[in-house]
Amino acid sequence: MSGPLHKFDRPNSYIGRSVVRPDAKRLVEGQGNYVDDLQLPRMVHAAFVRSPYAHAKIISIDTSNAKSVTGVVAVFVGNDINSQVKPWTATLTHLKGMRSPPQLPLADAVARWQGEPIVMVVAQSRAIAEDACELVEIEFEPLEPVCNTEIAAQRGTPLIHPELDSNVAWEREVVAGDADTAMQGSDITTLERTFHFGRHTGVTLESRSVVTEFNKSDDTLVFHYSGQAPHMMQAVLSKHLQLPEENVRVVARDVGGSFGIKIHTYGDEIATAVAARLLCRPVKFIADRLESFSSDIHAREHRVHGKIAVNKNGEIVALTFDDVTGIGPYSMYPRTSAIECNQILNLTGAPYKIENYYAKGTVVFQNKNMMCQYRAVGHPVAMAVCDSLIEDVAHEINMDVVDIRRRNLIADDAYPVTSATGMKFNELSHHQSLDSLIAMMNYDQLRNDQKSDRAAGIYRGIGLVSMVEVTNPSPMFYGVGGAPIAAQDGASIRLDAAGALHVSCSVTEQGQGTNTILAQIAAEVFGVDIDRVKVTTGDTANVPYGGGTWASRGAGIGGESVLLAAKALKDQVLDVAASILQTSADSLDIDAGTVINIADGAERMDLGELGKIVYYRANELPPDIKPELIATRHYRVTDYPFVFTNSAMAAHVEVDVETGFVKVLDFWVVEDCGRVINPKLVDEQIRGGVVQGIGGALYEECLYDDDGQLLNATMADYLVPMAAEMPDIHILHVETPTTTSNLGAKGAGEAGTGGAPAAILNAVNDALRPLDTAIHQMPMTPERILKALYPDKL
Amino acid sequence: MSQKTNIALSVNGEQVQASVPARLNLVDFLRDHLGLTGSHVGCEQGACGACTLSVDGVMVRGCLMLAVQADGANIITVEAFGESVTGEQLQQSFVEHNALQCGFCTPGMLASGIDYIESGGSTDRTHIRKHISGNYCRCTGYQSIVDAIASVVEGRNSLAVETKQTPGAEESGTSNKRAGE
Repeated sequence: MSGPLHKFDRPNSYIGRSVVRPDAKRLVEGQGNYVDDLQLPRMVHAAFVRSPYAHAKIISIDTSNAKSVTGVVAVFVGNDINSQVKPWTATLTHLKGMRSPPQLPLADAVARWQGEPIVMVVAQSRAIAEDACELVEIEFEPLEPVCNTEIAAQRGTPLIHPELDSNVAWEREVVAGDADTAMQGSDITTLERTFHFGRHTGVTLESRSVVTEFNKSDDTLVFHYSGQAPHMMQAVLSKHLQLPEENVRVVARDVGGSFGIKIHTYGDEIATAVAARLLCRPVKFIADRLESFSSDIHAREHRVHGKIAVNKNGEIVALTFDDVTGIGPYSMYPRTSAIECNQILNLTGAPYKIENYYAKGTVVFQNKNMMCQYRAVGHPVAMAVCDSLIEDVAHEINMDVVDIRRRNLIADDAYPVTSATGMKFNELSHHQSLDSLIAMMNYDQLRNDQKSDRAAGIYRGIGLVSMVEVTNPSPMFYGVGGAPIAAQDGASIRLDAAGALHVSCSVTEQGQGTNTILAQIAAEVFGVDIDRVKVTTGDTANVPYGGGTWASRGAGIGGESVLLAAKALKDQVLDVAASILQTSADSLDIDAGTVINIADGAERMDLGELGKIVYYRANELPPDIKPELIATRHYRVTDYPFVFTNSAMAAHVEVDVETGFVKVLDFWVVEDCGRVINPKLVDEQIRGGVVQGIGGALYEECLYDDDGQLLNATMADYLVPMAAEMPDIHILHVETPTTTSNLGAKGAGEAGTGGAPAAILNAVNDALRPLDTAIHQMPMTPERILKALYPDKL
Repeated sequence: MSQKTNIALSVNGEQVQASVPARLNLVDFLRDHLGLTGSHVGCEQGACGACTLSVDGVMVRGCLMLAVQADGANIITVEAFGESVTGEQLQQSFVEHNALQCGFCTPGMLASGIDYIESGGSTDRTHIRKHISGNYCRCTGYQSIVDAIASVVEGRNSLAVETKQTPGAEESGTSNKRAGE
């Protein structure tokens, strides 16, 4: 935050300051408004009978005993619900050749993953609904499950969808230059590795939650949900329940964590909406933890075979890899399940100068729960593959891992740059960030300590990553492919009669502090105290149309729309004030809720007084002054498909070679997300993200057996990072504001999760290096590390 | 399963009588029957800690205790944590340190934090981390929660030193504010 005074550094400024979240007090006092807190008259509760098999024919269903339970309101089988729904198909036209069969809420003839909903029971309470679920009798004929991704991809394996000729959903190749030729030559060192990334999931502490109301008289549906993209859900519900879009209202109040999990179309949630319409009474569905693990989208599950070639100067001459990923039996709607693979094809090696590049991705159906976009989509895989290959090859040629990065990172003054994969990068600071990281972590000292530790039998490792993060996406992400997902967002700001601002914006809050930063921007740009700003988000009936919060776009896109609206409103207000004060608008400003003279700072009129004149005593205004006192502006990124950020991160770990346990000793991040609106909130996004990344690297995996049975679907068996295992995380910023907007903010929500796994992987392998072994599988569990250390014994 | 039992208990200082099914757990009773929705349900098996609340002064999982077991008990939930000095200080500290994002784990995290402070926990970050390791938070990465708890302990320690140095200064208490009034 150094340098000359910026336009944001005026007195009473909020942008760039760690303003405390106004809504935090409510949450610490137990006054949140989560979906499950909602109690409505005549509300009933849903539970689902789900498939116990990964792949089975449904021969018959007997619901008679379930229906006879006192308190049961309805029992719905497939056709009861499905007949009310237009099927959805999750493909995008810009992912050429992608296919996925149509989907409906409940499995009817065939169940294709363990956990797929088959029967819906609606009752006076969730407990009664669960009792009745126990009494539903379903006869199955088990079919051969196809779970292993690589086997599923092969011809001749059983087909999950007989109407398709294979289990492949999508394939793509990226070719730039001539990697094969570049890898030849006597001065070229090549290195190959096979990486395995386990399936994991978001584990939002508040599970997926829906309450749906239907009003038969006016044919309107209200969908209270815990989610990130209300307008997308409105479009989905409208299209597939065949209701006019304006008759569907989607409301997301407090959301207990989302991370991408709650931005998709889930059959059980759609069934809940259908049930409310059929029963004409509110229906609540709150997933329990078992349902969360077996039906919330999973992510990752990639097998990547990668190869890197460097010359004797350590310059990368070529990078090639192929990625095979399993996505479950269908692509998830409407974002599709091919995006993670696509991101990996686009982003691997993105920080570096690489001219010769070949990548192949294969996206495969399998009989496991569905896979889709979870925080940092594709980034953890892309960054780990490239930066692991780089660190490993650096050791091959006896070069320091920092040195090899400095030789290959795109120069900070080289931008704009288009990568081998066609990504457009601008205003990044890889070198400055790496330099800052090296200084912060005291790299040379750590390397010296490492030598003496090794001599003492202590195996500590240092691992780095240089990365990019996709933020502020333009319509090129989804809209271009036909999905009902807005890339633009809107903000309306209204001045009330008391001189306060009311902001409504289409981005959403899931705890990041979105509402806080929107208030900061509105307060500063317009000129009022922040406690005079009230923010509304998460309600399609009350906010302008927009995409919501995902792909780290809330601050950069939503924030810019608020900035533009606040500026427009201010111009209007100053016009009115100039008329009342009989002066010119450009001689006036607004400061702390008062209209002042720019020249001498003299207070001219309180905004509350202006509001009262406009709203109550408009007779005092000249007839040609017709104040609106409300302004709406929309914003989308137009100059680039995405506004990338960059970071440099490092991990310091200790591997216990007797138990295989990894202790994360320290973690450092230097992040360049452009203009930092609220340093504390940004740092907390990074810390939370890093910890999710460490979870994926060391602990978290949805374990399936060969029959497609999920083995660890409880919070006691699926290991998430807890406080005792986590280190304090040190953060610094480089600020390179994006010139695509006035605000200059890029996103910061996903970098930690995208980069941390690579740094941890490199650190573990750095620790293991003197023992002549390595691991390239995540999570790096003690068992896997011991197997790497003692292959003959285990 | 539908057999009901009469219970009488104190919840946040208010006397409550109810007839509840034997299988109803305490947190569901508080949420669904009394409308005290501050305590959250994350896993229903005692693993996540979101439903942690005070029963007769002991922090317990609201999902692992039946409502009928709370007959005669004195329950304090997040809605009334702020009525004790420790609770109020910790809530304030959580806000200042941004020790919450989505807020879903917060009621349970506060309960464990209060427990740590009231049992004389130190500012040692490792100790704090261990003590809250029964509470799952997916958002923060825990560091700000540790900061918030440590800061309350630190504030009390420095106050205790001041009290020693300034004869006649009032003892800072951890007791319930009401009791102190």
